[in-house]
Order: sequence, then C-alpha cells, then structure tokens
Amino acid sequence: MTAIGEVDLSVTVGGLRLRNPVMPASGTFAEGLDKVMHFNRLGAVVTKTITRELRSGNPLPRVVEQPGGLINAIGIPSKGVAHFVKKTLPYYAAYDTPLVVSISAPTAEGFASLASELSLPGIAAIEANISCPNIEEDGKAFAMRAESAEKVTRELRNATKLPLWVKLTPNTGEVAEVARAAEGAGADAVVVANTILAMAIDLKTFKPCLGNLMGGLSGPAIKPIIVRQVFQCARAVGIPVIGCGGISSAEDAVEYMLAGATAVQVGTATFLQPAAMIAIIEGLKAFCIRREIPRVSDLTFGVVIEEADEADLAWVDASP
Amino acid sequence: MAIELVRAAGVTAPPDIDDSQTSTSPWRPSVAAELADVLGNEKVNLEYRHLRVRCGELSAKAKPGQFFQLLCPQTPGDQPYLRRPMSVYGMDPAKNEVEFLYKVTGAGTRGLDRLEAGDRVDIMGPLGVGFTLNLAWRHVVAVGRGAGLATLAPLAKAAREAGVHVTAILSARRPSLIVSDELFRSHGADVVAVTDSESTSGPANVERILRRLISDGRCEAFFTCGSSRLMRVQQRLAKEFGLAGQVAMEQQMACGIGLCYCCVRDFNVDGEIVSRRVCWEGPVFDLMEALP
Repeated sequence: MTAIGEVDLSVTVGGLRLRNPVMPASGTFAEGLDKVMHFNRLGAVVTKTITRELRSGNPLPRVVEQPGGLINAIGIPSKGVAHFVKKTLPYYAAYDTPLVVSISAPTAEGFASLASELSLPGIAAIEANISCPNIEEDGKAFAMRAESAEKVTRELRNATKLPLWVKLTPNTGEVAEVARAAEGAGADAVVVANTILAMAIDLKTFKPCLGNLMGGLSGPAIKPIIVRQVFQCARAVGIPVIGCGGISSAEDAVEYMLAGATAVQVGTATFLQPAAMIAIIEGLKAFCIRREIPRVSDLTFGVVIEEADEADLAWVDASP
Repeated sequence: MAIELVRAAGVTAPPDIDDSQTSTSPWRPSVAAELADVLGNEKVNLEYRHLRVRCGELSAKAKPGQFFQLLCPQTPGDQPYLRRPMSVYGMDPAKNEVEFLYKVTGAGTRGLDRLEAGDRVDIMGPLGVGFTLNLAWRHVVAVGRGAGLATLAPLAKAAREAGVHVTAILSARRPSLIVSDELFRSHGADVVAVTDSESTSGPANVERILRRLISDGRCEAFFTCGSSRLMRVQQRLAKEFGLAGQVAMEQQMACGIGLCYCCVRDFNVDGEIVSRRVCWEGPVFDLMEALP
C-alpha cells in the first residue's frame, strides 16, 4: 500500500525535469491566471505563441462554442519578440516553474532566428508551433508533412541548445511520420497536437460563425482523436510525447498518459474551470494512490494491448 | 427538492499553497470559481430576470463595474458550452451575496432562467476592472440602456456611500421595460427615464438633458453602459466641457480572464488605435478612448 503523499508526480520530458506532468496549452495561459492559482504548482508554464512581428490577430468573432468544445480563430495576436523579452520574461522570473516559450514564424529561417534570439536565461525550452502556415509551401502547415517538419526542426535544432519541443498539427494523415521526422531532426519532444481545422455556419444569417471563416476545434469533442494520435506517435518515436487535446479531468490526463504521453497540456478546460490544472494535478495524485502506482511516469504508454495477430487489428492499416 | 442543474463542480485553488519556494508574500486567490446557492431568480418584467446567490467572501467583495462568468445550466434544448459574462448588479459582503440582472436572449440565459431557489450555480469572479469614483466629484451622471442599467446600479450605491450624487438616465424601448429605477432611487439617485415609445430616448433629447445637467453643475463625470449612440453623445459633451467619463463595454468572451484574446476591441489612445481585451483591461474604460 502506498502511503498518502508518496506518489512521485515528477516527469522528465524533452530535456526538462518537471515537478508534475501538467502544464497549460499555448494560447490558453497568461498572467491573469495568477489570480486563480500559484504558478509554482504547475509542471511548466507555456506562453502564448510569440512571433517576431506585431500581429493584430483575426477579425471578430474569434470564438464560437460547439457541443463539447469551441472553435477558435484568434490569429496569434502578438506584441512581438522584443516586447516579450522586455515585459513578459521578467514577470515569470518570480516563479521557479520552467518557462516554455511557444514560437511561430512563416518560414523555417524565421523559426530559427526566433529560437536563437529567445535562447535566453529564464527560458527553459522552446515549443515550436509548426502547425502554422508555411509561406514557402503555399500556406500548408509545416507539420502537415514529414519533409517540411524535418526541415524546420533541423533549422531550429541548429539555432538553439535549449530543449526543443515541436508542436504538431492533427490535420494530417501522417502524424506519426511527422513525429518521426521531428525526432530525426533533433526535437527533444513532440506536442500532440493542436486544434482540428473546423467550421461552423450561423443558420440565422447563413454566414460563417467566425470572422476568419474557419478555425480550430478544441475541447472534449476532440479528445478521442488526439488520444489516438498520441498513441500513434508514441509507437513511432523514442522521444517524449506531450498530449494535448480536450483534457479536462485527471481521468483524461491518465488516458493520455496510458496512450503514450509523458506529460499533458490543458487548454480549453481552463476557460470553463480556471483552476482546472490544479484539480488535474490533485486528481492524478489521487488516482495513483488509489491504484497503488508509485510514480505517475509509470502510466506513460501503460496501455495494455493483448497479444493479437497484427493483421486482425483494424487500426494497423486504418488511415486517419 | 429543486432540480439539479449544475453542470460541473466549481474548483477553487486550495488556500494552503506552499509559498516557501518564492520570496513573495503568501499567495491568495483573488478570483475563484465556486458553486453559489441560488436564493432567488425572479422575473422583473417580460425580458429581465433578477438572480441572487449566496457566495463566498471573495465573490461578495466584487466592485461596481466588475463581472462574473456564469456557467449556465444545460437544458434539453440548449447546450451552452462557455461561461457567460454577467456584470454584477449588487453585492453584499456582510451577507455574502451577489446579484445579477440579465435578459433572456440565448442558450446561456435560457439556462440561467431555469434556476430556482435551492439550486446551485457555478460563478467565477470577480473579474475585470470596475468603475473608479473620484471623491472630489459631487455630482455625476449615469446613462444606461437595457442591460447596461444592471452594470450602473451598484455604482449608484457606491457613489452614495462616497457622498457623490448621481443622476441616472435610464433608457429602454418602453416604460414597462425600464428596470432598476426604484433601485437607483433607493440609492439616492435622481432618475430620468427615457423611452423609444415616448420618443424621449433619442440622442438629441438625451443631449438636451445632459446639457442642462452640465449647466446646472450636476455633471462632473459620465458613467455609461449599453448604448453606443448615447456613448457618442457623452464623448462629444465630455470633450466640449472637459469632463471625465467611464464606459463599461460589452463583447463576446470565452475565458473572461485575459487568456484567449477573444473579446478584444479597438480603442483610440492619443490618436493611436490600440487593441484591448474587454475582460482584462476592462470592461470599464476611459470614455474618450472608447470606439463604438
């Protein structure tokens, strides 16, 4: 029997030791949450995506709710890298939680120069959001295909010595290949995944619900899809997988870890329950105590798959 | 026994956080989500409902102009997913109560409409930046329309407690839809009701009323919510007479606490257009910087 409080919640992910496996998803975290929780309780903090240039973001409306989730097209409003280094970075120095900086750029070279510039004291890791459109590839996201993912990851790897996490898109039929390409090019971890490309139309006006016409679906509605992608990626790579998609409870986090995640990111759930991450951390601990699991890291890829003839398993050949 | 309409348990960060790893003073939450007990949820008129809840100390300390994000009950017909922002209509720190005045307009408010005394509702707050009262003022004017009246009502109470007199101009489509006039009067405010049906609510007439108040020395600052047209009138007069002003703005929100940048609006700050989050930098803004 494990005594209460004996559970080891720490995990090692992509070159970082985290006190627990729970962190925010980029874009759903900002200073305002310090009114709700102490940031030193989190495994890591992940910033909103930083770009080199000033970006104003997309036209309104930027969010539309759906059953079990929401579609957003915020458009990465950014005050630019200089503002981040001057204002945001010093703010997080008050906390001892690893600061992961999410970055985006329209070209592989742009990614690399941003990563290089942000290889600063106080920044624990870079999360490259390669789900954004690549202007050199006709607007297709870098993470849509292994080749472009490999190229941008390699340039990033050459540009920074910081732990490099690469955030993949779920909007590809080749997520495991893309993960393998990122690993081959030097990524220390992959974040699986981002929002799923989606659309909603208002039946009163016949107009798209979002100013950007299309957006990304997040929330519980996408969880089973991303759990599957985490599983596919965890089978394909040796580096840690960070699960991200519709996690709102400790049970969801456990499921992601069983599928292969070493750590998890929580996003949309925070919009409904601002202290959701704290509840998930507490719940993970309680789960481990209940199931007599001494280390939360023991859950990673703990999915039990009975011996079977591979040919009988439909998912082997199923293209997502 | 009241039906259980609550969707999810409120989660509050435990107060006993170990701060030993930081040099800052002991951390305490200043925003929390909690399950509040519904004390009443009555029809005020055909459109508006008045929700009163028993809450924790933190929520009951809300300031005029601040808001809460309510997790609206899901019903068989409606599945509101996101919380709905609701400005605070009244607060009583002695009794640990907060009040909301809302109009039933969509999936979220239809869900709220089903709440009965004895139910519980998940409220998150207090959120945002509220009104600021300058104690040097003796007379201020509050101009509200529709649900904007709810936002201004607690200001009238705070103004009275600070010894500042309020003239409230309450605008609605017709007299039966004027809400809160008695509440404003009970807070010591003079009330001027203007309505569309009586053709008194147009910008020209409201401007006439405001000009008289200004010339009588009874308008040192404007507080407004709920009407772009009336806001523009006040901006013009504030500029002409060098008066201060604050406006509480509305916008569709998702997180309510500055994370998602869903609720941005443009503001004119010294000639430069600046994007701000209504939930975080507002919802109360300088009148002169607001754009309709």
